[in-house]
Amino acid sequence: MDTALGAPPLFAVDEITKTFRSRQSLWDRLRGQPLPIVRALNGVTLEVARGETLGIVGESGCGKSTLARCLVRLYDVDEGRIRFEGGDVSTLKGQARRQFNRRVQMIFQDPFGSLNPRMTVGQILGEALRVHRMRPAAEIALRMQELLDLVRLPPDSLDRRPHAFSGGQRQRIGIARALALEPDCLVADELVSALDVSVQAQVVNLLLDLQSQLDLTILFVAHDLRLVRHISHRVAVMYLGQVVEVAPAEALFSNPRHPYTRSLLQAVPSLDPTQRRAQAAVLGELPSPLAIPSGCAFHPRCPHAIDRCRQERPRLRRGQGSGEAACHLADSLPAWRNEAPA
Amino acid sequence: MSAGALPFEPAKATPTRRRKLALPGALIAGLLILAFSLTLAFFPSLFAPFDPLKFDYKAILKPPSLAHPFGTDNFGRDMLSRTIHAYTLDMQIAFFATIVPMLAGTAIGTIVGYYGGLLETLFGRLVDGVITFPFIVLVIAIVAVLGPGLANMYVAIGLVGWVFYARLVAGEMKVQKRLDYADAGRVMGYGDMRIAFRHLLPNAVSPALVYWMTDMALCILLGTSLGYLGLGAQPPAAEWGVLIAGGKNFFTTAWWISIFPGIAIVLTGLGFSLLGNGLAELMKVKR
Repeated sequence: MDTALGAPPLFAVDEITKTFRSRQSLWDRLRGQPLPIVRALNGVTLEVARGETLGIVGESGCGKSTLARCLVRLYDVDEGRIRFEGGDVSTLKGQARRQFNRRVQMIFQDPFGSLNPRMTVGQILGEALRVHRMRPAAEIALRMQELLDLVRLPPDSLDRRPHAFSGGQRQRIGIARALALEPDCLVADELVSALDVSVQAQVVNLLLDLQSQLDLTILFVAHDLRLVRHISHRVAVMYLGQVVEVAPAEALFSNPRHPYTRSLLQAVPSLDPTQRRAQAAVLGELPSPLAIPSGCAFHPRCPHAIDRCRQERPRLRRGQGSGEAACHLADSLPAWRNEAPA
Repeated sequence: MSAGALPFEPAKATPTRRRKLALPGALIAGLLILAFSLTLAFFPSLFAPFDPLKFDYKAILKPPSLAHPFGTDNFGRDMLSRTIHAYTLDMQIAFFATIVPMLAGTAIGTIVGYYGGLLETLFGRLVDGVITFPFIVLVIAIVAVLGPGLANMYVAIGLVGWVFYARLVAGEMKVQKRLDYADAGRVMGYGDMRIAFRHLLPNAVSPALVYWMTDMALCILLGTSLGYLGLGAQPPAAEWGVLIAGGKNFFTTAWWISIFPGIAIVLTGLGFSLLGNGLAELMKVKR
């Protein structure tokens, strides 16, 4: 299977699952109830090509952050494999893991929690450079200035602590810290969702500039569909711990093939009063990840569901168009009317 | 444009990077008292008018006077000199009885809080076991087994005291390790020890440092209590608890023997408490 750019994939994620144990009341334990298990990732399959920006979207709780954390080895996967340049990285430890993380870095969502409040920017960047021996000691000061320059922070930032910076500046410190290791791949988990809209654009555009400058592969996890459409080459849509559709961004937004993607796009509010809708985009409530429906996880909410959907889990497969969708009916759904310009 | 034309006073341009270092009042008061105590502790002979151990049978049980501002005891020893010399011993107790528990407890708490899991469960049971006994009773029991004396008192306090530091630090570490900067450290490929001690501990240690100040006050109280009971410092050493115990039989007739060492205890304890409060204020981290 090749990807959009026709090159061998940088990341190949194969059917990974990740569960978390939930709390159980003493009464339930005494009654011998099984321990409730949250299925955060439920068989995710995904490929990431070198140099591309892959957007990962989905509503809260769909597992997109868990996927991001599995990719950077913050979580161990329960089943399945993650391959990086062909080698299995799902169980890396110690020195090998450090080498892997040198090349795959993460930028965090919370600009307040992701920086140590007691370390200056210089200490944060300097530590990264020293621990990984990125530069000889004499060149570290110079390199730190380069990094500040790269993320467009003022050159006198080094001896200041995070509290002296705004949210957008802190995210740029986070980016500089990741770039200190000269990684091949950045995983950005909700990079700008905590920022003001005006600042979001600055940070996102910085990231795009850096990508072309440094030839980065970026996994951009977000729930903002417009933003993802703007920056991604390809987009993966997640629902209840599975990837339900992957396609080049334009194809996905102009001709979504999975009913869930369609309802997601319909749910985007429009400023045009003629596009007022009376009908809800999707049926019912999001099921609990403690009890994921059988067959296709989306079937209880899907207006097109047939018996087969309740029994057999659809795999991602190619059909008409350029993407892949995990839906038995992907090729027989009614044509998509582009009601809501996303 | 003249200033008078404006309906309001023009705001003065404020220098952008001026930082006012405002020290909390409690910290300053605490530091002053501590400086006073330490001066007396290090150079008692400079301030004490008499030898604290020298008997003077011509001046037995004298009330406070110009010659003996704090009076004399039943052996004619000058109480001012004894109270001042006791600073040396009691400040030593405050420091040496707490420094080992503080360092050991902080290190253990860091490890326990960072790794959690089974280690934390075991540690929790141990803490429960220790805090079931009142601290003083437990220390007295250990001293009773090891025998009276200062060295054994340090051992006894050390065996029990680290638990409180460890519990404080472990609790705070559990909060810190869930924050994104801990995960950021892991993604950066840093080792567990670097993350735990270099990144998380500085953000988790302030409650323990504040408690250290309180603990020094408590240890002075404990040390003087043990001295009073005859389990800590031994007479004729000048130690506040020993001094108070020496005056207890004469309390109705010669109140000054016990009162002045008591005031010294209160003053020193107050100093450490103020210092602790001031430190807590000072170490609030800006986010």
